Amino acid sequence: MRFIDVEGKLIPESLAKEYSGEAKPISRIDHIVPLPLNPQFSVSTKLLSFLEGRHLLLDELPFPLDVIHTHYEHGYISYEKGIVQTEQGWRCRRCGNENTHLFASFFCARCETICTYCRRCIMMGRVSECTPLLVSHFYSEPAMYEKPLAWNGELSLGQQQAAEAVVAAVEKNLELLIWAVCGAGKTEVLFPGISRALELGKRVCIATPRTDVVLELAPRLKQAFPAVPVIALYGGSDERGTLSPLVVATTHQLLRFYRTFDVTVIDEVDAFPYSVEPMLQYAVEKARKETSALIYVTATPHKAWQQEIKLGKRQAVTIPARYHGFPLPVPSFEWCGNWRKAVKRGLFPRNVSAWIERRLQEGKQAFLFVPHVELLERVVVILKQLDNRIEGVHAEDRERKEKVHAFRKGNIPILVTTTILERGVTVPNIDVAVLGAEDDIFTEGALVQIAGRVGRSAQYPSGDIRFFHYGKTKEMLKAKRQIIRMNKEAEERGMLKRG
Amino acid sequence: MRPYCLLCHHCYQPRVSWSDLLTLKKGDCLCATCRRSFSLIDSDICSDCGRPLDHLDHSYRDGDVCNDCLRWQNDNEWKGVLAKNRSVYVYDDVMKEVISRWKFRGDYAIIEAFRHDVCRVFSHHFSSESVLVPIPLSRERLYERGFNQAKALAELLSLPILDILERDHLEKQSKKSRHERLQMENVFRLRMSLPLEKPLVIIDDIYTTGATVRHAAKRLRQAGATDVSSFTLARA
Ligand SMILES: [Zn+2]
Ligand SMILES: [Zn+2]
Ligand SMILES: [Zn+2]
Ligand SMILES: [Zn+2]
Repeated sequence: MRFIDVEGKLIPESLAKEYSGEAKPISRIDHIVPLPLNPQFSVSTKLLSFLEGRHLLLDELPFPLDVIHTHYEHGYISYEKGIVQTEQGWRCRRCGNENTHLFASFFCARCETICTYCRRCIMMGRVSECTPLLVSHFYSEPAMYEKPLAWNGELSLGQQQAAEAVVAAVEKNLELLIWAVCGAGKTEVLFPGISRALELGKRVCIATPRTDVVLELAPRLKQAFPAVPVIALYGGSDERGTLSPLVVATTHQLLRFYRTFDVTVIDEVDAFPYSVEPMLQYAVEKARKETSALIYVTATPHKAWQQEIKLGKRQAVTIPARYHGFPLPVPSFEWCGNWRKAVKRGLFPRNVSAWIERRLQEGKQAFLFVPHVELLERVVVILKQLDNRIEGVHAEDRERKEKVHAFRKGNIPILVTTTILERGVTVPNIDVAVLGAEDDIFTEGALVQIAGRVGRSAQYPSGDIRFFHYGKTKEMLKAKRQIIRMNKEAEERGMLKRG
Repeated sequence: MRPYCLLCHHCYQPRVSWSDLLTLKKGDCLCATCRRSFSLIDSDICSDCGRPLDHLDHSYRDGDVCNDCLRWQNDNEWKGVLAKNRSVYVYDDVMKEVISRWKFRGDYAIIEAFRHDVCRVFSHHFSSESVLVPIPLSRERLYERGFNQAKALAELLSLPILDILERDHLEKQSKKSRHERLQMENVFRLRMSLPLEKPLVIIDDIYTTGATVRHAAKRLRQAGATDVSSFTLARA
C-alpha cells in the first residue's frame, strides 16, 4: 500500500479522497510525526486488544482499514516502517535482518514501484518497503492472580534450588540461565516463578524452538494454572486475538511482539542452527519489556556461555542431577575404522554390527545415530539384513511420526536416525550408539543430548552409550567430560541416590 | 566470497563448468542438494499435455496421449482449442513447497532458481517467434500477492509479452473439480485485439486439470488466433 504524507501525518492512499499529493511506500517517507493520544476517542477495544503488545502487518489484522486508521488519527496505533534504509543497505525492523543477500526487490503491485523486501522472515508474511508494521499505544491493566499454581508435585533438591533462583529473577527482573541436565525436569522448575509473576500481574512468555514442544507444554501449563488463560502460538495456530498473561510460543512467533513480556523464558536456546540465531536474539529483545526478566533453559549451553559462567559473568544455576536421582550414564568410545568406506561398499564395521546384534539378541531397543541422511539410507539397507524390522528416520521423513510411534510401541528394535531425535524423543530402557561420532555435526552439545536419551526413567536409570568413531574429536572428549563433571557436582551437592 | 543458496540459505561452492567460464555465465544460484531436489520432466511425455508418462499405467494412456487429453479431444467444445502444453518440472512435494514459498509467501527472488530450466525447456518446444500470454490474476489477488507469478515466468523468456487477458475475481480455483471448472463461465476477457499471425503461448505456473489454460485459449481463438499452446512451470 501507499501513503500520502501530509506534513508527517500519514493517510492511506485508498482513504485519501480529498487530499492530493504523491502516494509513497512508507519506507520512503522521511518524517512520520507521532500523533497525540486522544482520551475522548471511543476506541474499538476489540481492535486494541488484538494489537496490544504486538508488531503486526495489516494483513494480520482482521479489521477494516478505515477503523484502523481512525485509531491512528487519535494516537492509539502507529504505522511504522517495516524496512529501513541503512548505510550498508537495508534493515528489517521485524526480524532485524541486515544481510544484503537476504533482501530482494521486485516490481510490487501494492506500491507500483520496485519494492525491496526481507527474505529472512518471509515465512511470516512479506515485509517490504510498502509494508507498515502496526504498533498499539494502548496498554490494558494487567490481571493479578492469587495463588494461581494448582500443581502440588514435589521438586527434587536440584529443581528446588533452581526454582528459587527463577522466583528471584522474576521479582528483580534479572537474567538467568538454568543449566539442567537431560531428564532434570525443567518444566516444573519454572512453575513457582511463573506463579509469582502471575501474582504480580506480570506477563509471561515461554518460547521454544519446536512446535511439538509448544503443543506438549500448553496443556501442562493449563493444568498447572487452571484459572489463567494460556495461549499457544506456532506457525498455523489460530489462537491470536486477546493477549493472555501466559503465552507459550515457538521462538519465531516472538517476532510478532513488541515490548510485551515481563518474563521471557527461552527454552533450548542452543537448538538453532547458528544462522537463525541472530534473528531469534533480535526477536527476544524486541518481544520483552526493556526492564524484564529473561530466563534461558538449556541442557547444553554453547561454548561462549560455558566460559561466561566459569568466569562468573553470567548468572547461572545448574541442575546436575536427573529428577530420579541416578547419575547420568557416561559414554564410552570405540574406534571403528573407516566406516564410511565400508558402508559405501555395503559393509558394516564389525564391532558396530556386534553391538547391534547383541541388542537384537537381548531384545533391547536402541537408537543408532548417523551423521547424514544420505548415509542413513545405506545404513538401513545394510542393517535390514540383520533384522528386517530395523527402520531409519530423518528430519524430512514424511512417516516420521509413525516410525517414532512404532519405536515407542516396541515394533522397531533399532531406529537409525540423524540428529533430529537428539532432543525430545524419550523412550524408557534403550541403548544408544553413534556411528561416526567424529563428524562435525556431532558437537559437544549434540553428543550430550544424544547421551541424554539413555536412562531417563526411574525403572531403567542406566544403559549403554557408545560413540563409534574414526578418530576421537575434541567435541567427543568435551561431551564426556561435561557428563562426568555433572555427575560429580550432583554427588557433591548431595543430589544422587545412595545405593 | 562464496554465494548463499537461494533456497536453503547455506553457503556453497557453485559448480562452474568450462563453458560457463567461457561464456561468463553465472554459476547456479542453488546449492547442489537443492538443485538435485527439483525433478525435471524428461523425454517420455504425453504429446498433448506434456505430462510425464513413465509412471502412468498403460490403462491411463493410449499410445503417447494420456486419458485426460483423450477426453479433451473427444469433447467437441474443447477439441483442438489448445495445440499442446509443455511443463518444466514435476509438481511433486518439493516443487509444491518451492512454488508455495514463491507465490503464496511471496518470496519473489526464488524465480531465479527457475530461469535456466524455463528458458531451456521453452526453446526446446516452442518457436522463437512465439508471443507470450500470461494468465492474469484478478485485481484483488494481484494486490494480495504483490506480483503475478505467470507474468514473472513470462518475463524470464525475453520474448514479447501480451498482457491482454483480464480475469474476474472468483473464489479459489483449487477447490473445484474438473467438471465444475468446465461448467464455469469463462472468467477471462480480452483487453484488446490480437496479432493473429504469431503463435501464442499461454504462460502459467501450474497445469493441473488444464481447464484454466483451455479457457484462456478459447478466448484467444474466439478472437481469431489460430495457433495457441501453453507452457507452465510445473505439471501436476
Ligand atoms: Zn525480516
Ligand atoms: Zn511494495
Ligand atoms: Zn540449497
Ligand atoms: Zn495428456
